[in-house]
Amino acid sequence: MAEVTVDAKTFALDEDGFLADQNDWNEEFAKAIAKEEGIDELTEGHWNVINYMRSDYADKGAVPTIRRLKKAGGIPTKDLYALFPDGPAKKAARISGLPKPKGCV
Amino acid sequence: MRNLLILGAGTAGTIMANRLLPALDSEEWQITIVDQDEKHYYQPGFLFIPFGIYSRQDVIKPKRDYLPAGINVVMSKIEIIEPEKNQIKLADGKLIPYDILIIATGSRVHPDETEGMKEDGWFKNIFDFYTIEGATALANFLKYWEGGKMVLNITEMPIKCPVAPLEFVFLADWWFTEQGIRDKVEITFATPLPGAFTKPKASKLLGNFLDNKNIKLVPEFGIERVDSSANKIISFDDKELDYDLLVTIPTNMGDELIERSDMGDELNFIPTDPNTLQSKDHENIFVIGDATDLPSSKAGSVAHFQSEVLDKNILRFIDKRPLLPHFDGHANCFIESGFDKGILIDFNYDVEPLPGKFPLPGVGPFSLLEETKANHWGKMMFRWVYWNLLLKGAEMPIQAQMNMAGKRR
Repeated sequence: MAEVTVDAKTFALDEDGFLADQNDWNEEFAKAIAKEEGIDELTEGHWNVINYMRSDYADKGAVPTIRRLKKAGGIPTKDLYALFPDGPAKKAARISGLPKPKGCV
Repeated sequence: MRNLLILGAGTAGTIMANRLLPALDSEEWQITIVDQDEKHYYQPGFLFIPFGIYSRQDVIKPKRDYLPAGINVVMSKIEIIEPEKNQIKLADGKLIPYDILIIATGSRVHPDETEGMKEDGWFKNIFDFYTIEGATALANFLKYWEGGKMVLNITEMPIKCPVAPLEFVFLADWWFTEQGIRDKVEITFATPLPGAFTKPKASKLLGNFLDNKNIKLVPEFGIERVDSSANKIISFDDKELDYDLLVTIPTNMGDELIERSDMGDELNFIPTDPNTLQSKDHENIFVIGDATDLPSSKAGSVAHFQSEVLDKNILRFIDKRPLLPHFDGHANCFIESGFDKGILIDFNYDVEPLPGKFPLPGVGPFSLLEETKANHWGKMMFRWVYWNLLLKGAEMPIQAQMNMAGKRR
């Protein structure tokens, strides 16, 4: 199993490169993964999305979709794309320590 | 007398009525089905209409011809479901009480969810093919089109029959070749997904098909709006695609009835147990087909596999037995790939489409994830199977649960 080490703490990743255990997540992990995804600094706008995603996941047991982030979370889709360019749903979920969103087949 | 009420007489609702009528004691149970449209549409056939392969007559039959005698059929719009009162209210105010409710209200397309989509270009050079109106209007357009830029765009997931957009561009490649104008048409496939499809192995294979057919793939394209005066679509991150013909797969949503009844998620899909098909919020409500929020495909084959689990669970629920968690997300789809060939995929919640052979007593085996003529004939034969066996709830030679026999990892 893949893993990533941030500040001497080791995080196990699942086969998709997402955090294996959501309880392991911390802000340092988020910052490190964000860098890996090409986001150098997490701003207030980013944290707003991350916090909403984490609490909604804890609540509903499912990674929120872009539409849910807009409708229930009040995050305009345009902003989401600006904050997490190229595949915002997946990128934001990975930084937030959630599993890979289920692209419905 | 107790009431079993089914909402929706589409594929899933019709199959359930046909399977439950012989299974329930008619002295004890009355089955009622409610729908607002007398016509049953063979939706997989819509794909073939733009290319003149099927006509309107091939895909429409009267719903009542497929519903069994002995059930009560109500043709009406439904105003609201009132789960706390175990009743529904029809548009004219009439109440229908139920002991068990099966919701099979499906999903439909909402082009109005995207800014600019339904303005000047709608049905002029912008079409959907998920409605009979869109498919026939597109057929008329294509008949006289001399070529240019054709863009197929998926607005957002989930969509009904997730392989249909790929089939559309494969068929378009074939059809333009037949018309002698393939060199004058540029085909682009723009999707919000990272590739041609969601599951890795199938995505790679289908991506290769796009390449071979000279169809341009634009992944990660999340459409924000249509500018129909300039004939372009613009993504949320300001990427632009020019089109002369835009074939759109609009946002798919569950019925507005679900929203009025406050029973759904953001897309009006109903939270449903993924394995038993019981509603998460009400124990005497069950959900089947496109109306669920499940990560299984929204497709007729899936509704059929679900029906074989749901009929048993309805009987167990009546007998106060624990429900069986037997629905595994199984889907089975023939993908039409053009030039009289097709591809077959078979998968479930946990196992992605894999290559190999698909054994089928009598007619098989079919090749999986591989282009063959037999798969094309399987697809064409399916229309007969749909009208004559599937809707009537007949036993099919395919198990409800996915089987690994013949598949290669």
